[in-house]
Amino acid sequence: MNNTNSTVTQIIETCERLYNDLDFSYVKNWKQTHAGKAVGFMPIYVPREIVHAAGMLPVGLMGAGDLLEIIKGDAYFQSYICQIPRSTIEMAISNRLDCFDGMLFPAICDVIRNLSGMWKLMFPEKYARYMDFPQNFRPEVGGEYYHQELIILLKDMATLSGAKVTQDQLRQSVRLYNENRAVIRELYDLRSADPHLVPTYELYLIMRASNILEVSEHTAMVRDYLGAVRSEKRPERDNIRVVLSGVFCEQPPLALIRALENSGCFIVEDDWVLGARYLLKAVATEGDPLENLAAAYLKDTVKTASRYEEDGAKGSYLIDLVEKTRAEGVIFAAPSFCDPALLERPMQQEALKRADIPYTSFKYSESSGQFQVIKEQTGTFADSIKLWGSV
Amino acid sequence: MGNSSSGKVQKERSMLLQKVMIANHFKKLSTAHADNKKVVYTFVPGNLNELIRAFDMLPVHPEINALQSAMRKKSAGYIREAEKYGHSEDVCTYVKCDVGMLKSGNIGPTGEKLPEPDLLLLSYTGCFTFLKWFEILRQEYDCPVVVLQVPYQGDGEITPEMTAYVAKQLREEVVPVMEKISGNKLDEEKLRRLLDSSARAESDLVEILESARHKPSPIDAYFGGVYYIGPIFTAFRGLETCEEYYRVLRSEVEDRLKKGQGPITPEGPLNEEKYRLVVEGPPNWTSFREFWKMFHEESAVVVASSYTKVGGIYDTGFRHNSAEPFESLAKYCLGCYTNLNLPSRIDLLEKYIRDYSADGFLINSIKSCNSFSAGQLLILRELEDRTGKPGGFIESDLVDPRYFSAANIKNRLESYFQMLDSRIQEASVN
Repeated sequence: MNNTNSTVTQIIETCERLYNDLDFSYVKNWKQTHAGKAVGFMPIYVPREIVHAAGMLPVGLMGAGDLLEIIKGDAYFQSYICQIPRSTIEMAISNRLDCFDGMLFPAICDVIRNLSGMWKLMFPEKYARYMDFPQNFRPEVGGEYYHQELIILLKDMATLSGAKVTQDQLRQSVRLYNENRAVIRELYDLRSADPHLVPTYELYLIMRASNILEVSEHTAMVRDYLGAVRSEKRPERDNIRVVLSGVFCEQPPLALIRALENSGCFIVEDDWVLGARYLLKAVATEGDPLENLAAAYLKDTVKTASRYEEDGAKGSYLIDLVEKTRAEGVIFAAPSFCDPALLERPMQQEALKRADIPYTSFKYSESSGQFQVIKEQTGTFADSIKLWGSV
Repeated sequence: MGNSSSGKVQKERSMLLQKVMIANHFKKLSTAHADNKKVVYTFVPGNLNELIRAFDMLPVHPEINALQSAMRKKSAGYIREAEKYGHSEDVCTYVKCDVGMLKSGNIGPTGEKLPEPDLLLLSYTGCFTFLKWFEILRQEYDCPVVVLQVPYQGDGEITPEMTAYVAKQLREEVVPVMEKISGNKLDEEKLRRLLDSSARAESDLVEILESARHKPSPIDAYFGGVYYIGPIFTAFRGLETCEEYYRVLRSEVEDRLKKGQGPITPEGPLNEEKYRLVVEGPPNWTSFREFWKMFHEESAVVVASSYTKVGGIYDTGFRHNSAEPFESLAKYCLGCYTNLNLPSRIDLLEKYIRDYSADGFLINSIKSCNSFSAGQLLILRELEDRTGKPGGFIESDLVDPRYFSAANIKNRLESYFQMLDSRIQEASVN
């Protein structure tokens, strides 16, 4: 795929194709072209640099959205379990994930954790690893443990790919992902500065493309998009500016994302596809790359519900985001039965109340088809802020 | 000989002893601060009772408060109270019950107010919700929090690195905070004595649980089991009273074993053992007696359960070990049932079905406990495939009475027992 000098329309069409392709044609083509392997991972974050350095393609999987009818997946989960594991299982048992040679299940919640065990039982021929992340952030305690975890992951990835991974290869991968994180920051900065130039629908699809595309290709795509969109003339809108919070795992359907924007909200900050933005600063490229990745994880990351907040200042990170992006309110959107997002929400709401920041909340599922009520709710939220500055 | 139902709850000496232990503990808690005792809130799985007691501090377990509230029919109100504060109907009802109780004055099961914590000891073992729970409680209390992260057995084993990580946190994070809170240096000799005591009680508990291998089983390892694990899973492990409780209980069980008697239930002794079951998942607490009665009426005895392993698995050989106090505490935390990966859970349940000669197994799937529930339908299939024993599946909740539908559960159980009956008859003909 060559994005050079593409128009916004062409770039977004490419992203739409990637988003809609549950057969992962890009992954299959990449494997064929590179004679390589692919490793899928669940939300939120895995150190993709290690998979990449082993010559494999890391691919973020975020369920099937509303693109796939769940026929067999429901038989694996009770009605009170969220949707993402169902559609992931559905994709797997309908052979759509056959192109993945391994799967990583990062620690985010008990459902994804248990899914890792299900994977081991259901697909014993495939590599599957549950990845624990430190909740202790002292370098000599949690850092040391995480460093050990990364050594194991590197060893496993080298075995899976059949290639020896050198320190230089790791450093090179870190550099490429640093570039990608930098260009994504630029994209978010532009969206925050001129939200009418970067509609959420487009930004979202570009972020979803980061799950699939080889990192350099994605970096080039974002650069192309930034170049193209800056020269576009797009109408300004009388929308309010909001931060969207709680969408870090199971994703809202694309139509819901559009509906939010059409209801009068510029989303100027969000937490979807958060893994691509998890590390806030460039990872050091001198010295031991695994130690550098471990150090980056301990500090200078986003704050999100699956990560313990040591300082106890729950909500302060969200409030900082509101201030940084000059948002006028927060929309809490959480998948039904999502423990991390829903347990986090009352604490965040309490902090917003104290800071006098308006918010509204709703739940969704990736397969929802009806958004009228949500659209009316967020539309009313937008109107009340426009009219009275609060709700 | 049929099973009698007197209406009056029959109690053995061990039950009365446990009642006194609990009453004394809550009495001590109610005057803890006046008595200059420090109070540690912590969770049951991966609890560090020996360490807490080595510092002469008193533990409070929020899950125990929640289940006690449910048994006293107070949880519905507490949950409603928490939901008023924005807690979702979708999340763990233990959390909401605890938050609601706190917002309603924090009155404990004995009617006395629980003391505020001096320390929140977040033993993050086998349940993601624990992390959020103490983040929520931290908003309410002005006290330090110390986190003990216990890595999950994702690959079905405890590696030396995992043990080292937990032990290091104990030495470098937990103990220094406890020393600061309590004002005392850790007395390692005292800790070792407590660990030795734990090991003795654990051995007695294993004998009690394994008595269910006999036919008829002298115990019910699920409904009765929750009483049997009470002291060792909560505030008493490591204490002489705990050892005494298990000595008394063991002698009661051995006595029933000798006489060929079945378990004691609230409805009276269960003398006829028709079905032997293994149960996966926690019980429902809001209708605990009614739930148990459904089994009693069918002469069904639970011979092994996974719920009685959430606060530690002892029947596969683990004992607290005073020769390596911190490593031993680490291995204990790492080995709790909900910290096992799904394949290991299935292996353990399969072993129980075989070792305890079960006729079948039942999964009580709990709406608000994803740690247990996610993956249980696969557990059902795997166990049926591996053992050929029929599995039953019912759904309820921990402490939210809105999710305990007695009629539905009874219907399902009756159908399940009919199926078991026909399987048993088929087997006897063949």
